[in-house]
Amino acid sequence: MKTAFINTIILDPVSGIENKSSLLVENGVISKVGELTKDDLKDAKVYNLEGIYCVPGLMDMHVHLREPGREDEETIKTGCNSAAAGGFTSVLAMPDTKPIADNAEVLGFIRHKAQDHLVDVHLAGAVSFERKGTALAPLAELHEAGAVAFTDDEKAVKTASLLKNALEYAIMFDLPVIEHCEEESLGGGVANEGFLSTLLGLPPNPSVAEELIIVRDILISDYVGGKVHFSNISTKRAVEIIRSAKEKGSKITADTSPHYFSLTEEALKSYDTNLRVNPPLRSEEDLNAVIEGLRDGTIDCITSDHSPHAIEEKEMEFIYAPDGIVGLETELALTLTELVHKRKIPLSKIITLFAVNPRKILNLPVPQIKVGEKAELTLIDISQIWTVNIKDFKSKCKNSPFDKKLLTGKSVGVMNNSKLFYGGNYSGL
Amino acid sequence: MSLSSRHLIGLFGVPKDDIQNILDTAVTFREVLERPIKRVPTLQGKTIVNLFFESSTRTRISFELAQKRLSADVINFSASTSSTKKGETFKDTVRNIEAMKVDMIVVRHESSGVPQFLTRISKANIINAGDGRHEHPTQGLLDMFSIREKLGKLDGLKVCIIGDIAHSRVALSNIYGLKTMGAQVSLCGPPTMIPRGIEMLGVKIYHDINKAIAENDVLNILRIQLERDAGTTIPSLREYHNYFGVTSERLEKYNPNILILHPGPINRGVEISSEVADGPYQIILDQVTNGVAVRMAVLYLLGTMN
Ligand SMILES: [Zn+2]
Repeated sequence: MKTAFINTIILDPVSGIENKSSLLVENGVISKVGELTKDDLKDAKVYNLEGIYCVPGLMDMHVHLREPGREDEETIKTGCNSAAAGGFTSVLAMPDTKPIADNAEVLGFIRHKAQDHLVDVHLAGAVSFERKGTALAPLAELHEAGAVAFTDDEKAVKTASLLKNALEYAIMFDLPVIEHCEEESLGGGVANEGFLSTLLGLPPNPSVAEELIIVRDILISDYVGGKVHFSNISTKRAVEIIRSAKEKGSKITADTSPHYFSLTEEALKSYDTNLRVNPPLRSEEDLNAVIEGLRDGTIDCITSDHSPHAIEEKEMEFIYAPDGIVGLETELALTLTELVHKRKIPLSKIITLFAVNPRKILNLPVPQIKVGEKAELTLIDISQIWTVNIKDFKSKCKNSPFDKKLLTGKSVGVMNNSKLFYGGNYSGL
Repeated sequence: MSLSSRHLIGLFGVPKDDIQNILDTAVTFREVLERPIKRVPTLQGKTIVNLFFESSTRTRISFELAQKRLSADVINFSASTSSTKKGETFKDTVRNIEAMKVDMIVVRHESSGVPQFLTRISKANIINAGDGRHEHPTQGLLDMFSIREKLGKLDGLKVCIIGDIAHSRVALSNIYGLKTMGAQVSLCGPPTMIPRGIEMLGVKIYHDINKAIAENDVLNILRIQLERDAGTTIPSLREYHNYFGVTSERLEKYNPNILILHPGPINRGVEISSEVADGPYQIILDQVTNGVAVRMAVLYLLGTMN
């Protein structure tokens, strides 16, 4: 089976290619890049991608797929469909399932459920047994079962001693610990502590709760030599701390999420529970610092922290509603709108953030657009103007604060594992 | 003259004319409350639901009395949210309320933002009887009413609110209302009880209670939450009383003419000493009666708008 993408713009940040070209895929492998002959196009399914970018498949290294345990909110299949619709060919599934992914059986179950999909599901194992923060989870067993990172996500690793042990142990596999940055004894509040949390009367969550974990982890990582990845960076000070630690050679990496560069705490005036995220939405100053962190490489990648929640769980009082938003299907579009169009960050930089850096952090191969490589591709129309409609989400849940938002740019298709998702449909190659 | 909004969610942004109107109307109702027959037919045929998700006998009784004095039909709905069923009760209740044809809803909830949420899903007039640590507008109004009744004005007065401002729903309503009416507002308490950024509202902060007493005309004392505060925001109740308690010694030494308010219920020997609570400075019991009059005024003005 042959597929031809003609008149596309190939953009591959690894090889530095950005030019108008065409691409031939045979049996899921790139067989030709460049002008295609009549012979090449014979029997091929041809897609004319005038003005559409063809880039290495994007990865989101922080998603909650909810299966096993909360299949009413998301399944591995619907989560993967959501990823494909958002332009992603690869995700890292967080271990906070029920049961928790702190053993090989659960990882095996997820792996089994995820096989045959266009989207690759990579696995993160828990750092601690049952994510309780007391005893280490069987990290070697998790590694052998395919875990590419360890995390107690939704909580930081509970104690300094547990983190030290986890980082030391993880050196054997050269895998990172991914941190949700929130010091438990200071966190728990639902709005960024400041004038706005005071005005709205919402329990405050201070920025220092985030920064404290980052400082703790940098010190322990420096001391031990293990790798730490900070997820959902949201404060100015956090960006500064990470920047200076990286300059000094700390083995740390970081990501942020689109809501931290497209919304501020001001939005909470509506008390819309879809705005409850953790860390909480911060100030304008923080938002600008996060964008600068992305621009100068302090922040390595963008993740959605895709967190589907059932309507009945989000439709409640602000202080009781769970944190998190459905993110996979707005993530790329928000990034293109806010960073490429408004802040003039080059598209090639954005593709590096999405396609290259997460895989480097997780020691995964980076897809490349060249002959002989597996065809793992995302097709992006950077100028299409469209309106988000939560009813169109492939995710089972609709908890998004971006409903009805006008965005510029989106993914129009993805290809991976000999499958193509284009125009809302899957087809085999 | 009618109010500029059909709900009372908070005193934030409420214009001076509206507050003036409510306070003046409350004067009339205060007179009604002194009559042998205290009932007026003003809200006959109107149905009001008191939706209390958090128990507060005093506030509910005050509203209920105000509603009955105005001849409204009253439905009391108390739903204490148990920790296991948080949220469930709220949603089911709200669905029921939507189906009911009620004219006004008085709501109290431990989560900020619930009254505002109700304005989006119900056609009724919504009155906030306290949400989270956000606002408690009728308490703010009755405090202003009580001060004005005693001192004859609000404009130019110096009012200090003392206590756990961070967890208070009374403080913000007082700050907004009093400032709109031309008073100068200050806060007093240990820094752990002063919420971040509140000075941006243009309020002075004291950590020295003697100074606060000396420099103000009115002291509004907030109740200390015994279970929550001791050992966290303050080392102990004893230390709080020693450093921030309002005692007759302090009042005599620094400002014998100061007026004392307390939204109640009081903790004797903690934020206020017994002598002060029972002494000549305070208007605590007046506040209770005034509360009914002010709530009648709010119910009347909102209930007869259209
Ligand atoms: Zn997460």
